[in-house]
Amino acid sequence: MSRYSRHIVLQDVGQEGQNKLLQAKVLVIGAGGLGCPILQYLTAAGVGTIGIVDYDVVDISNLQRQILFGTTSLGTNKALAAKTRLEDLNPTIKINAYPEKLTVNNALELFKNYDIIVDGTDNFPTRYLINDTAIITNKPIVYGAIYKFEGQVSVFNYQNGPSYRCLFPIPPQKGSVANCSEIGVLGVLPGIIGTMQANEVIKMILGFDGVLSGKLLCYNAKTNQTTQLKITKSISEFENALHRKDDYNEISCETQVPEISTEDALQKDHIQFIDVREYDEQPKLEFPNCIQIPLNELEQNLNQINSNNTKILFCQYGIRSKTAVEILQKHNITNCYSLKGGVIAILEHLKIDVQ
Amino acid sequence: MNLNIKYFGLLVEITQCSEETVSFSKTTVSELLNFLFEKYPDLKNKDFQVALNNEIVLKDTLITENEIALLPPFSGG
Repeated sequence: MSRYSRHIVLQDVGQEGQNKLLQAKVLVIGAGGLGCPILQYLTAAGVGTIGIVDYDVVDISNLQRQILFGTTSLGTNKALAAKTRLEDLNPTIKINAYPEKLTVNNALELFKNYDIIVDGTDNFPTRYLINDTAIITNKPIVYGAIYKFEGQVSVFNYQNGPSYRCLFPIPPQKGSVANCSEIGVLGVLPGIIGTMQANEVIKMILGFDGVLSGKLLCYNAKTNQTTQLKITKSISEFENALHRKDDYNEISCETQVPEISTEDALQKDHIQFIDVREYDEQPKLEFPNCIQIPLNELEQNLNQINSNNTKILFCQYGIRSKTAVEILQKHNITNCYSLKGGVIAILEHLKIDVQ
Repeated sequence: MNLNIKYFGLLVEITQCSEETVSFSKTTVSELLNFLFEKYPDLKNKDFQVALNNEIVLKDTLITENEIALLPPFSGG
């Protein structure tokens, strides 16, 4: 039996459908939680040319959900690591790895060589860049996005259907939507949503009806509820996309909150340090212009924040302090930084022996 | 009129419920939003779209159906 025999025996696919898959060219942006299952199924299905764009490297915290990678891939670029794994899965197709960031400078050139674009990114600027480039190059996008236990799937710019901007016209304000590295995500969720995206890609290649265009599918992994919401096409959003001069610079998961190193922080004038750890956390740090307000009391104690100074917020490792900065930003308190590495980094800088 | 409102994503953390029924007598989506902003002030700082009877609508749309959904964008991948 041949590699694709289970496809070929399906009446709706057949050798003709399989040939369409083998001739198709699909570009997958992001080889993370969504990208891994997308790539795995498209490769297995025999999509003839697959491009993978990702500039990031595999981290141990990725392995909980990014199923193409193993411990031997740690520290390797994701596009290259994915290519290695996928070539083992199916050496008969062509896989192009682009170990780079998608930017205004390379997007047009990359999109030009593919029929379908798949959005598996983790940040809004890149999602809007994908949308606008797809409109300029007239390519359909298979969109997927996740939040904790919920996912969204849709197909944009397909056969005269609506675009991402018809659903969400402008990127949300910085920091108003929390991101996955901070808030966590159930590992299996991107597996489900990414697999749904792969399914839409294959349906489009095979020319099936029922492609998820003009509709947003919302899935909740906890309740198993799915909701489909109709999206109306807005001609003006298409026209806007063609002339858009957005700042597509990535405000990705990691950089939404301004961070600062101990060294840079100490060079600033008029600083107020704010320790957002609980009162019993060790080691205690006491020095002039430093106050302690535990994170969960921060909102009730905004009057202690000196609005004229540069605010450096810190916790033990630099995670909670990012949330603290977001809270202050929400209250329009500006000039706030989260201290990278937290207390541990301060001690390291001051060379104080923790023991 | 009794409206059944569904909340998605991070909006649930503000409303503390994924679904609720509210009694509402005004006519447009933006009037409904003002009503919800009073009930949940933190909603004001969030970006989301409104669906009426499972269709994304503009803020000036008249409320003629009683199924409402508030949908924020997700960025995660």
